Amino acid sequence: MSERTLYDKIWDSHIAARLDSGQYQLFIGLHLIHEVTTPQAFASLKEHGSDVAFPERTIATADHITPTLTQLRPFEDEQAEAMMAALEQNVDEHGIRFLNFASGMQGIVHVIGPELGLSQPGMTIACGDSHTSTHGAMGSLAFGIGTTEVGFVLETQTIVLNRLKVHHIGVGGALREGVYPKDVILRIIHDLGIKGGIGYAYEYAGKVFDDMPMEGRMTVCNMSIEGGARAGYVNPDETTFDYIEGREFAPKGESFGRAKEYWKSIASDEDAEYDRVTDIDGSAIEPMVTWGINPGHSVGITENLPDPKSFEGEDRNTAEQGYQFMGLKAGEAIAGTKIDVAFLGSCTNGRISDLREGAKVIRGKKVSPKVRMLVVPGSQLVQAQAEEEGLHEIFKEAGAEWRNAGCSLCLGMNADKLIGAERSISASNRNFIGRQGSPRGRTHLGSPAMVAASAVEGCLADPTGMVDG
Amino acid sequence: MSDQIKNIQGRAIPIARDDVDTDQIVPARFLTAITFEGMEKTLFCDERERTPDHPIDNPDYRGAKLLFAGRNFGSGSSREHAPQAIMRHGIEAIVGISFGEIFAGNCQAIGVPILTASPEDMLALFAHTQKNPGTEYTVDLENLTLTYGGETVALEMLEERRQSFLKGTWNVISTLRANLPRVREVAGKLPYISDFEA
Repeated sequence: MSERTLYDKIWDSHIAARLDSGQYQLFIGLHLIHEVTTPQAFASLKEHGSDVAFPERTIATADHITPTLTQLRPFEDEQAEAMMAALEQNVDEHGIRFLNFASGMQGIVHVIGPELGLSQPGMTIACGDSHTSTHGAMGSLAFGIGTTEVGFVLETQTIVLNRLKVHHIGVGGALREGVYPKDVILRIIHDLGIKGGIGYAYEYAGKVFDDMPMEGRMTVCNMSIEGGARAGYVNPDETTFDYIEGREFAPKGESFGRAKEYWKSIASDEDAEYDRVTDIDGSAIEPMVTWGINPGHSVGITENLPDPKSFEGEDRNTAEQGYQFMGLKAGEAIAGTKIDVAFLGSCTNGRISDLREGAKVIRGKKVSPKVRMLVVPGSQLVQAQAEEEGLHEIFKEAGAEWRNAGCSLCLGMNADKLIGAERSISASNRNFIGRQGSPRGRTHLGSPAMVAASAVEGCLADPTGMVDG
Repeated sequence: MSDQIKNIQGRAIPIARDDVDTDQIVPARFLTAITFEGMEKTLFCDERERTPDHPIDNPDYRGAKLLFAGRNFGSGSSREHAPQAIMRHGIEAIVGISFGEIFAGNCQAIGVPILTASPEDMLALFAHTQKNPGTEYTVDLENLTLTYGGETVALEMLEERRQSFLKGTWNVISTLRANLPRVREVAGKLPYISDFEA
């Protein structure tokens, strides 16, 4: 059968049942869990007197609450320690593999899934975290779910869903210097809006994606949810297969060959039909930065801030609220806005390629004395690789803090937080009010290169031309 | 006990703006609790600190069973703490212009119907409620209407979700469990399980 998208193919092969309501019960191939959204799910499992149905298909790690200064136990934060202990007890009781600190494979769920070869093309993947869309970069269908649904997966390895429509987003041309995958997804969200993806899965395609390395595709898919799309994916290709080969949990030898045949078969057909199609010129994308209180509030770094009147209806009120909260004025330049904090890390941009891009900009320079810069690898493996390459020395010599793996300053659930009305440039994914741990803290989102450039300049800065060699 | 939900009657709390993300509904620092107990205390707490007459604190809306929302309510993080806090505050249904996808799934999973109305109707409802906070509304899932005084507003809802509330099957865990043999069958046919698992 032709004319099918990757979405159609994976969806169809994973339907376990159609429920009386008309909704679908979908089998989940890989379930990733972490400490925050699971304790209540394990509690309800116990309440129901049930076991985990497929314990070998759930993998656990710890990321949200883990301190990044030291991974020594017990954690200083008693609630965090209790949460970690609860996870340890739950995985132990149910025979679930736990990639803990001692494993050397701990890290942010959306960093370790792909880097360990756990997330593979053609799979359905679920995790109690909205950025699960990241794994779509592997050519999988990956959904963020809530805690009750985590309980469903533990108990039955299934969730209940309505079928999504598919929006094909083609980005053609070639990216100019200083423009990174982060800028591509910020541009897409800018153009389609933060509500544009509601009811859709995004299929990212076109030359820009054909040329994009896997980690860049992860950055883009990661932020699908910021555009309202619960899932986003890139069709698997040779770049995907080369990335997976040899990774810890990837199929090996002959198995790998058979896997590759399956993976090729699940890519969207050339004559696949889409519910919506959008084309974007990749060569026209600038380094992007957010100015407001949602990821759709963005401009090119060389542009001036937009007039709230250019927004329609309620979006105008949100824009005005954004200006007020961020302490910025329409018509002014965004570049040059003074910052207090620079954060390089997170499930969006905490991978080795992100650290390399940041290091290229900052090498031989100094972080502004007015800026506190945190560099936080997304996983222990990323950290080890970076340290082998000496990236940590580059950051430390520049005056940045080099930390241990975790979610860190992205979401204010651990000791890394903004203080008071501090303003940050962050390589993470959300500039919501209060997101970085201070109710008055102000967040600008940008690429790792922009984070590094801004840390050096002490203000929001264009990374173009700042790359050393 | 029946899980059927056919209508909800009561006052409504208006959250009259767009893009209310789950970080605003429950800030992340409250996610370190290992139960949902008492989560209602965190509902919109940072905002309430900044806003003395926040609708959650306004005594005129006390006891409300409905929440009125704008566009894209519950966007962002998947934290179920957000709908849990709303439910534990006493809210039994949410009517808005549109909802974040994961939030909507969470509401369904915990038995809180979410319904949509047109932007025009929603604006009128915000205005009416702010002016007459004591208004008693009825959300009728069978007829997909919201009524108050002599007024009737048309509502929409995903048909599959509506059926699950009318039939009382929204609490799906027992159904999902009953299908486990079928689940194992489907799993067994997937190449990554049957053919080339690492």
